[in-house]
Amino acid sequence: MGQLQGKCLIIQQKLKSSMTILQIDFFYFLEKLLLIGGVITFSLVIAMYTTYAERKVAAVLQDRLGPNRAGPFGLLQPLADGLKLFFKEEIIPLTSNKLLFVIGPALAMITAMLTSAVIPWGSTVNIFGRNVSLQIADVNIGILYVFGVVSLGVYGIMIGGWSSNNKFSLIAAVRGASQIISYELAMGLSLIALLMMTGSLSLKTIVEQQMSGGWGGFLGWNVLYQPLGFLIFLICVFAECNRTPFDLPEAENELNFGYHQEYSSMKLGFYLFAEYINMFISSAIVSTLFFGGYDIPFVNEATLAHTLGGNVVALLGVAALLAKIVFFLFFFMWVRWTIPRFRYDQLMDLGWKKLIPLALANMLITAIVILWLNK
Amino acid sequence: MSIIEILFWFLTALALFGALMVVFSKNPVHSVLWLISVFFSISGHYILMNAQFLAIVNMIVYAGAIMVLFLFVIMLMNMNTESEPQKSKWLRIAASLSGGSLMLVLVAALKDTNGKVTGVFKVEGNIGLIKNLGQVLFTDYVLPFEISSVLFLSAMVGAVLLGKKETNSIIS
Repeated sequence: MGQLQGKCLIIQQKLKSSMTILQIDFFYFLEKLLLIGGVITFSLVIAMYTTYAERKVAAVLQDRLGPNRAGPFGLLQPLADGLKLFFKEEIIPLTSNKLLFVIGPALAMITAMLTSAVIPWGSTVNIFGRNVSLQIADVNIGILYVFGVVSLGVYGIMIGGWSSNNKFSLIAAVRGASQIISYELAMGLSLIALLMMTGSLSLKTIVEQQMSGGWGGFLGWNVLYQPLGFLIFLICVFAECNRTPFDLPEAENELNFGYHQEYSSMKLGFYLFAEYINMFISSAIVSTLFFGGYDIPFVNEATLAHTLGGNVVALLGVAALLAKIVFFLFFFMWVRWTIPRFRYDQLMDLGWKKLIPLALANMLITAIVILWLNK
Repeated sequence: MSIIEILFWFLTALALFGALMVVFSKNPVHSVLWLISVFFSISGHYILMNAQFLAIVNMIVYAGAIMVLFLFVIMLMNMNTESEPQKSKWLRIAASLSGGSLMLVLVAALKDTNGKVTGVFKVEGNIGLIKNLGQVLFTDYVLPFEISSVLFLSAMVGAVLLGKKETNSIIS
């Protein structure tokens, strides 16, 4: 009897221990889930309205009116476009690889969204006594994670282009992939100089370091110390997002329509949409790395928190980050409607023969200056 | 079972399934994509061992760069079952024999290892973190590290040389 009881006890203990190990902090789980949902919804909505903004900006630059029929100022235009794409007939080419044809746009969307996990959207807010960090995951290899996801971004294009079984799509896919791989190098090298200054790969730490600079954080912004690195990074971002002047994978005059030529309905929509999400996320990364992230310039957040309360300041920080992102989104469009497309050999020439040596020189100069200052 | 154990078994199953699918897929492009999924699950294993740097570098280098090149080559060669010439019977037998003997060696080598070590399930040790790894690489192993980077450089120069058009020889 005693033995049996002992066994029961052991089992109970085992159950208990397994329960406690499996027991996750439920609120933590919920909080992260809500944050992930929020960030994804937010990115989608922003991307949706970026398409509208793109058409409006193009219209302004070309002295036109732009979309103005659906809703006031044409504000419902993205909704109408999305609805149209959903209701269009979906055509899967007979000779295509059907499974990969479907996976292609899904991969493009997933890789576009993945990067948002490590971006610090704001400092912490206090909700019902819980300090909620406005960042999904503060991993100490944040920048490397961004690189990993960027290098995976090739697959959406390549799989889509190849599985369409169309010569133009395949050429566009190969172009896109080699473009992204080529510009990744210069991008990485330009960031190494930044990392040597900050000494951390965590995006949150990088933002906090910038916030501690003078003039309410403004003098800490990395763009002041790494102007060349910023320029190289920005050019590479344009290439990684396949934006004009580097939108060679979609060069209509050479490739009809590019890697998504055979796509129709919402699958095409996802490819186009992924580009806008990429733009949004890239703008967020540029703002975070070089422009202080959620830092409000000329304002000392700590003193402001005393008068306004921490939550308000945190939300103001999110608004500051958003303002920076919107500026860069506008910059993307501005460049698109100003500068013509490169030729493919010019693109490769710029990437390999100009940007990489420049980034290497920048890295060396930064290293020398750091050594000299620390001596 | 703790969460780490569950994750470990899940990733293991994923890795093994992916590896089997690499071999059994008829379409070479599918094989490459399955191989990418294997790399992902191995990256997951690295994270379980608290080797974040290794995990992410595995993803960047293998899944992001090398597999893209694989995919390039396979897509451009456009291999499929009809056009691919069938290998002769003897070649197949030789291939399975050599593969089988490699497996025999591996099994023999792994048989005597202490398989009951449970250290795999614990997230411990900080050597995989980027700071410690960098310290070790640039102090204890600085010479091998530099020599291997020279090796990479020479490989790169060789690739550029091979890829260059020989204009002079054509003219002369």
